[in-house]
Amino acid sequence: MASAATTAAPRQSILRSDAAQKLLAFGALILIFAFFSFASPVFFTWENIKGILLATAVNGILALGVTFIIITAGIDLSVGTVMTLCAVMTGVAITNLGLPIPVGILVSLLTGIAAGSVNGFFISRMGIPPFIATLGMMMMARGLALVISGVKPIYFNDAPGFRNLTMGTLVADIPNAVIILFVAAIIAAFILGKTVLGRYAVAMGSNEEATRLSGVNVANWKTAVYALGGFFSGLAGVVIASRLNSAQPALGMGYELDAIAAVVIGGTSLSGGQGTILGTVIGAFIISTLTNGLRILSVPQEWQMVVTGAIVILAVYLDIVRRRRQ
Amino acid sequence: MKKVSLLLALLLVLVVMAGCAAPAAAPAADSDSASTSEEAAPADDAAAESDAAAEDDGIYIPVISKGFQHQFWQAVESGAEQAAADYGVEITFEGPETEAMVDRQIEMLQAALAKNPDAICFAALDTQAAIPLLEEAQSRGIPIVGFDSGVDSDIPVATAATDNVAAAALAADKMAELIGDEGQVAVIVHDQTSRTGIDRRDGFLNQMEAAHPNIEIVNVDYGGGDQLKSTDLAKAVIQANPDLKGYFGANEGSIIGVLNAITELGKEGEIVAVGYDAGAQQLDAIRSGVESGAITQNPVGIGYKCVEAAVKAINGEEVEKVIDTGFFWYDADNIDDPEIAALLYE
Repeated sequence: MASAATTAAPRQSILRSDAAQKLLAFGALILIFAFFSFASPVFFTWENIKGILLATAVNGILALGVTFIIITAGIDLSVGTVMTLCAVMTGVAITNLGLPIPVGILVSLLTGIAAGSVNGFFISRMGIPPFIATLGMMMMARGLALVISGVKPIYFNDAPGFRNLTMGTLVADIPNAVIILFVAAIIAAFILGKTVLGRYAVAMGSNEEATRLSGVNVANWKTAVYALGGFFSGLAGVVIASRLNSAQPALGMGYELDAIAAVVIGGTSLSGGQGTILGTVIGAFIISTLTNGLRILSVPQEWQMVVTGAIVILAVYLDIVRRRRQ
Repeated sequence: MKKVSLLLALLLVLVVMAGCAAPAAAPAADSDSASTSEEAAPADDAAAESDAAAEDDGIYIPVISKGFQHQFWQAVESGAEQAAADYGVEITFEGPETEAMVDRQIEMLQAALAKNPDAICFAALDTQAAIPLLEEAQSRGIPIVGFDSGVDSDIPVATAATDNVAAAALAADKMAELIGDEGQVAVIVHDQTSRTGIDRRDGFLNQMEAAHPNIEIVNVDYGGGDQLKSTDLAKAVIQANPDLKGYFGANEGSIIGVLNAITELGKEGEIVAVGYDAGAQQLDAIRSGVESGAITQNPVGIGYKCVEAAVKAINGEEVEKVIDTGFFWYDADNIDDPEIAALLYE
């Protein structure tokens, strides 16, 4: 029924619901900001806002990739550990092999794309459900990261420029990691809104069978979507390695859930066919703003988990209510 | 596209193979401490050739730890292997992937019991969950030796562990000394449920309350030992408390977060950072003065002492119930002393 409605009047209904969702999430972010600003004088300072922006970078970039995948009605549990694997590969390239920094970055991105493509292959060619395929990839990437690194962190002390990649400032006083997040988001929004890949992702998520029958090679395009998700994991791998000035092989578990939470809070529907990049970015900001603000108010961390969980539920519920009305 | 996918899969395999080759050059961390065991090593190699042979001829002791992928556990393992070589026994070393996997660890304990070992070394994630199996071991006359967080019951014949409460209290005293015995201090711990997390937090807080009444603890946070999350948490806390004078990180990941936060905010020298354990990044920070000092345990000693106690128990010798493997304060002054340097892993 829902799919019939979307195919009947695709353009208009998607536009309208997107706008509503953006407004909702954005309103929530403003509200949270206002609340913390009143509650504490240190919250609304540039130094602290910079901290929030920086804390959003890794999760935000991961969430960009997850957005595309969830729009196809899929899921990717592997983004966190694939990110770690990518970071480790960068460490191998730059520190162990002494290659230049740009090559290290390229290695990370290619590793991400490779892992994503393998995910896509498992899902679209072998018919393994996305949940299982990416669960398997999550474990494999974790294991590989540990094996390749020899279970030791790899440091970038021999490549002093590497840390500046994210912690330096090209524009005003904004750390580069934040610029990378915004540029990546703009590119993601362009891909989703203006390219065939984005349009097919939405189409596959709304009605895969109809998309297939209209002559689209669903298997190939789906693989491409997962490869794109892997690309963003690779980018996040560079950012986290640069910020920590090290590739930490034991990191990454649980990052996928934060990324999925950001996507869901941003209004992307887990049943596919609907979602926006702006919503995801706002969702990621809501999570890191909550973490930061509740820390500043010294609210016990246990409660922070409860609050974040409640917001995820509320966001999805509002989405359901809104769609029922339409 | 199918071909492309296959090619990419092939690439991944190649990547793995390249990676496997890479770390071969790396492991030389504790070459100085391993030298004593060289004479006994060949005998051990022979014994290691088959698991089945151990049941008849040699002594077999499974060591079940709380993890394997942190450098701390690797140091424990190297100590255990050293003792195994010195005493000519065979050991296996395993642990679950994360410290939350209580059930996985119980399975490992069960599998170890099934192999009919001569003794078991065990660092319980959750003692209560392990009690039935430990009772079974006891009734079969298999001695249990606890290590690290130990086993919270009467069953173990001995426990080799760091006294984390006392060690964290020492950290509190050093912190107080460094900040002039007054002002605000924040704490970041790896988690609120593990024995080491609880002991280090309480050891630090209780000592501050008892001996340093002018020091105010402003925040106690939990970063899961995750460097990135700990960094962002510590940054928020430092923002919220502009007068903060000291920050205690209760394990390696936690203190790395504190150090990153201090560096990113440009507060080097303004906040006294006190850490725990070692690792290359922490050692660098102590040498450069960003971190004032840290507590080190003796992970190699923990591994060595627990296997040693197990061998003694098998031979019917008397063993101490509690084997304190010791802890030390180190800072820029004594970091290169041989007796301290031997305890620090990169």
